[in-house]
Amino acid sequence: MTKGFIGALAMLALGVGIARAQPDAGTLRGIEKYREALAEDNPAELWEARGAELWNARRGPKGASLAQCDLGKGPGVVKGAYAELPRYFADADRVMDLETRLVHCMVTLQGFSAAEVTRRPFGGPDHRSDFEALAAFVAAQSKGVKMNVSLDHPKERAAFLLGEQMFFYRGGPHDFACATCHGESNKRIRLQDLPNLTDAKDAQRAYTTWPGYRVSQGELRTMQWRLNDCFRQQRFPQLKFASDTSIALTMFLAHNANGGVFNAPAVKR
Amino acid sequence: MLQKSLPALAVVLAGCAAMTQGDYRDRAVQMMKADFNERGQAKLDRLDQDETQAQCSRKPADGALDKEVAAHIEKTNLDRVRYPADGKLLGDWRAGEKIAQSGVGKQFNDNPKAPAGGNCYACHELSPQELSYGTMGPSLRNFGKTRGTSEAVQKYVYAKIYNAEAFTACTNMPRFGYKGILTEEQIRDVTALLLDPQSPVNR
Repeated sequence: MTKGFIGALAMLALGVGIARAQPDAGTLRGIEKYREALAEDNPAELWEARGAELWNARRGPKGASLAQCDLGKGPGVVKGAYAELPRYFADADRVMDLETRLVHCMVTLQGFSAAEVTRRPFGGPDHRSDFEALAAFVAAQSKGVKMNVSLDHPKERAAFLLGEQMFFYRGGPHDFACATCHGESNKRIRLQDLPNLTDAKDAQRAYTTWPGYRVSQGELRTMQWRLNDCFRQQRFPQLKFASDTSIALTMFLAHNANGGVFNAPAVKR
Repeated sequence: MLQKSLPALAVVLAGCAAMTQGDYRDRAVQMMKADFNERGQAKLDRLDQDETQAQCSRKPADGALDKEVAAHIEKTNLDRVRYPADGKLLGDWRAGEKIAQSGVGKQFNDNPKAPAGGNCYACHELSPQELSYGTMGPSLRNFGKTRGTSEAVQKYVYAKIYNAEAFTACTNMPRFGYKGILTEEQIRDVTALLLDPQSPVNR
């Protein structure tokens, strides 16, 4: 009611003669139905299964599995771990998100080189990414857990504040920042709803549904991928995988989503 | 070596404890410059801000934009508007509709030799035939019908597309002409899409 009234006022202010009804309410409902139907049979399960295999497989020069990898809740504890990431890890003296921590474990436990394991962070038509499978597996074990990302450690707090600066940083030929598309509520790009990631409710709904199975790509995509592709559309250069910038931004988004019930991998358009 | 660097580290950490917003901003910029790779046409200089971008990188906690700063942004950007030398401001609305539909251009995976789009429908309602439009910007339906096509209106529309910061400080709308996203001819075509009485926007 109020929204409609403000909308009408805005149209008058803009000098638009005819107040128009939303011509696409049916379309939006259709998209919602399509999503619901897909969620019943989420292909993300295939990635979760492969992730579980990868987690337990003895691999690398050391022939070790990731089963002793400490995701923050102790070696080998996967349940609920994703809902508390990113976090500060004393053994690396660094704040890490899931993917960065996985790289750390592949290097320290399995003996891989970081360059070797990060060669394919995202899957494509001719190759798969281990990170997408592992992220699906780990994230799925936080389903139903409330997001609880801490800023207690000074480096956690610094990561959040740096991520906040980056979120509002305008640049490139289009003057875009993350906030250009994700700083206001109830906006759309074309027909796609845009979450306001500075608002707790929207941030919770958005963050708790990544990683997600992206129907349009037939791939399971992670938060690292999400940031990478946002920057592409922002007309920025390419964000480095597992970089401090990616971790700081993830910290900003994840902490803004605190209190939200984690429910990924979800199905995305 | 390690012992030598410890006092330096202590200074850095002590500095962190008292870091201001400006310090975080500087550190964030340094971090970003280290954390992106050049790819295709997207070089690292895209992370270098001009004055307007820096002044418009604002958090909600920063409060409302200072009036003097806003006036400065609008004035400097108005001074940057370049009108076509031949004075012709209206192009072909059919070409304008195609530009409004296209979202390619300037991304690292785009062909730098191909013309960029304006992607107007991402944020605005324009022609009634196109139902897939965004709501980041105001509806532009009947834009010309309600304003007419006087030279003053033509100049305003051309300049608004060329450099939107000249009229609304810290708008979300890109500066299509000033930043070299659209050519003079393309801006003329989009101006016609908005103003031409034959354009679907006005029918």
